[in-house]
Amino acid sequence: MRLVMANFMRMRAARFFTAVTLAMLVSPLTAVAQNDAQDTSGAMLIKNAMVITITHGRIEHGSILIRDGKVAEVGTTVDAPADAKVIDASGMYVMPGIIDCHTHIAIDGDVNEGSISVSSMANIKDVLDPYDVNIYHELAGGVVIGNVLHGSANPIGGQTIVIKMKYGARPGDLPFPGALPGIKFALGENVKHSNFGGPIPRYPETRMGVEETIRDAFTRAREYQQEWAEYNRRKAAGEQNLIPPRRNVQLEPLVEVLEGKRYIHCHSYVSDEILMLMRVAKEFGFKVRTFQHVLEGYKVADEMAANDIGGSTFSDWWAYKMEAYDAIPYNMALMEKRGVIVSVNSDDPEEARHLNQEAAKSMRYGNLTENQALRLVTLNPAIQLGIDNHAGSIEPGKDADLVIYNRDPLSVYAVVQKTIIDGHVYFDREADISRRAGLAKEKQELLEKQKIAAKAAPKTEAEKNKKEEKKPHGKAKKHEKPQQPELADAMSGGAR
Amino acid sequence: MIKEKRIHLLAVCFASVALCAAGFAGLARLTFGQEQSGLAKSAGLSRAGEPRFFAIKGARIVTASGPAIEKGTVVVANGIITAVGTDASVPPEAAVIDGTGLTVYPGLIDAGTTVGLPGPEKPEGAGERGHGPRGPAPAKISTGPQDRPLTTPWRVAADELNPDDPRVANWRNAGFTTGLVQPDGGIFPGQGSVVDFGAGPAGKMVVKPLATLPVAFQTTGSFASFPSSLMGAIAYVRQVFIDTRWYAEAQPVYAAHPQDREHPPYDRTEVTVGEALQAGEPVLLPANNRLAVYRAIRLANEWQIHAAMYGAQNGYEMAGEIAASKMPVFVNVNWPHLEKDADETQVTLRELRLWDRAPSTPAALSKAGVMYAFYSGGLKNPKEILKDVKKAIDAGLSPGDALKAMTVNPAQILGVADRMGSIEKGKIANLVVADGDIFDEKTKIKDVFVDGMRYQVHADASPGPAGDSHQQPMEEGHEEVRQ
Repeated sequence: MRLVMANFMRMRAARFFTAVTLAMLVSPLTAVAQNDAQDTSGAMLIKNAMVITITHGRIEHGSILIRDGKVAEVGTTVDAPADAKVIDASGMYVMPGIIDCHTHIAIDGDVNEGSISVSSMANIKDVLDPYDVNIYHELAGGVVIGNVLHGSANPIGGQTIVIKMKYGARPGDLPFPGALPGIKFALGENVKHSNFGGPIPRYPETRMGVEETIRDAFTRAREYQQEWAEYNRRKAAGEQNLIPPRRNVQLEPLVEVLEGKRYIHCHSYVSDEILMLMRVAKEFGFKVRTFQHVLEGYKVADEMAANDIGGSTFSDWWAYKMEAYDAIPYNMALMEKRGVIVSVNSDDPEEARHLNQEAAKSMRYGNLTENQALRLVTLNPAIQLGIDNHAGSIEPGKDADLVIYNRDPLSVYAVVQKTIIDGHVYFDREADISRRAGLAKEKQELLEKQKIAAKAAPKTEAEKNKKEEKKPHGKAKKHEKPQQPELADAMSGGAR
Repeated sequence: MIKEKRIHLLAVCFASVALCAAGFAGLARLTFGQEQSGLAKSAGLSRAGEPRFFAIKGARIVTASGPAIEKGTVVVANGIITAVGTDASVPPEAAVIDGTGLTVYPGLIDAGTTVGLPGPEKPEGAGERGHGPRGPAPAKISTGPQDRPLTTPWRVAADELNPDDPRVANWRNAGFTTGLVQPDGGIFPGQGSVVDFGAGPAGKMVVKPLATLPVAFQTTGSFASFPSSLMGAIAYVRQVFIDTRWYAEAQPVYAAHPQDREHPPYDRTEVTVGEALQAGEPVLLPANNRLAVYRAIRLANEWQIHAAMYGAQNGYEMAGEIAASKMPVFVNVNWPHLEKDADETQVTLRELRLWDRAPSTPAALSKAGVMYAFYSGGLKNPKEILKDVKKAIDAGLSPGDALKAMTVNPAQILGVADRMGSIEKGKIANLVVADGDIFDEKTKIKDVFVDGMRYQVHADASPGPAGDSHQQPMEEGHEEVRQ
């Protein structure tokens, strides 16, 4: 399941793949592994490692002291308190945790509000799911931070959010503190609904219509902004008996974009419409933060660099639809060399588990250095998301979001040993392996218990009817599922 | 809207009066064994002239609000409990029931059901679930919040009651004298009413017509119509509460100063939701897993609404957090479990843990001090409700707390604690008379009193298999009213 149907397949299939494919690839039991975030509010020392700082080179036999969830010291000689929890990382590699600038995991329900062409009222924050097992799987791939995006069904999609991959935490604990929220934009075939026929046609059906849709939305947003400004002005002037404008949850996020309080992350492929959005942005006075996918970014890298727009792309996915035919694996390197801040992202829960390898491909295609390659999944996406003061490199004062590999992360043989967020171990390969037998046993026992109860339970009406119907007609009803009680719909709405 | 409703209620009242008068003229002589016209039955004519004075003597009385009374007497007059105690005097006009060896309970309340409502009706714009982008377009296309998709808050259960729904008698025979009856289907399906499960007429059954405002984050399931996603549905409800508040603020300002501005647009949703919020009706938010519980708490705070949760079967794992929210909880006792013929390879440990521990939720909620009530969650056979409650007792819940979750607690949450929920002087005479502990599987319910009317439960009055209750009228002879 390459990006062929990128978001569109995914929005129907995401849950399926989550539940089945990945569960089989890793282990169905990790699905329920408790996050074993340890309380290390005291201190933690990782020692004897090859420390890949990203900003200050590699430190052989280096140590990292973590205190209160932050990196306190990095170097060959570090003064650690006696009671610090020590991780001996001899022969191992420590680097900043991977940042995935484009993910759709950790979302409860559909990834797209695909019904309307401007779905900016939909907010990923409302449906963040810390119990999505994909989070755990990605921790196992060294990912610590994700930019959780609405899908690409609409020119202007829903509100997005940057999260830390704190599997099992409370939903309110996921958002990256202080990170600017975003909004998903999208151009091209997906928003035209080119590759799937909807039940009814929807405007826009052409790239011209996409531009008009965005223009119209920002025109309305500007009017809305002015309406409020006028109200606030009259109110401040002491006018009485004013009726305030009606708050509009669709236009509010667009006003935030106009005011520089919200980043635009725009799904895009073709160079001419990338240029189109830059022109519209200039006209309305807003900024585009990143172009996502941006497979033709190498054609417009100078324009992107001049407008200070990042490019978050794939290593080598292409040709899954017409607009993806001009992709080349040199895209990362070419954009990088023209001064664009470049990251490589996953857009996919499987791809996310080896982003280190995706980054490494930029060395083969375009001769990026080792450090440039690793920046594609660490410091660069941190810059794109506006969190580089806290994440993306191993430096004193930054969040202790780290990943420990058994080998050089640029090697295909590198396997994640531990993933640490804010100084807490969220994935530990050894602990995971040792936990599996116990979980399997628990599962088997609970299953047996349920089977006994199911056998003892009185027959449901559906089952009784089934038997009765067999007698006269000699065949059973098709699809005789136990009927869901009619109330269940209303009373379980929103439940998964 | 309100006006319409009042007129409707008035019409029902007039109709009842007229029919009752007719009943006294002789029509009321029909008994249950004979054929009745639907009109006579729905108008409850068979009830005319029956005694309204009872005394149950020498029974164990479980009051639910205080300690049980051994060998006590409950006196019922004209629908009300007039005396309770060991020394309650029995008025001469009362029909005396020997309660020796019997236990009297307050009528049980099912705090979430469609019993008494006609079959599910799809609100306009509702699509089939589970269709992707190619799914069929819903009957009515919604292009955004302004189209008010899946929204009918003006529907009130009390206005749609059908006393002939066979489930009414089934529930009553199982000891449930009262239900929080709520319209079904949609994001704002309508408003729930507190309904006594008597024989009718419909208006007589209604204790509190406007009791709750249930919300479900339902989607159209189709890209053709907003909202197709959960996050879209949540955004929509957010906009509705914003609009409701805006209208409530704008309308009076306009009314006082109509000459220098446009009039605010009228919107039926804003008006009815506004009235519900104004009346303090709890807004019921879905909360049947860890994520949804956190979401309900967050949204109730954000929207500044008096909210309650429903579902809550995972309450065992977060009772403390639920308690801290101070939100009342409607617990679905239709516990989840492994379905027969389920594909075991697809079952996750997470599900297994929920199935194993869900019945321990009420005990955990009690311990944490949460105010909660039980509801039948779509169970079709009302006898299953008590069986499921028994599972909660087996998992650590005290029988006293179990009873409270079906009596005083729902009465309090629904704002009717001054008139029902316990056996006390002045309360509506909703009573259950059983030959033993109500949670004992062998116990038989002998009599049920609803609004002071006595319904004798025959030994063979097993609640009908209500596979599709709307096609299975109650068999005759299942119950009768004794003179």
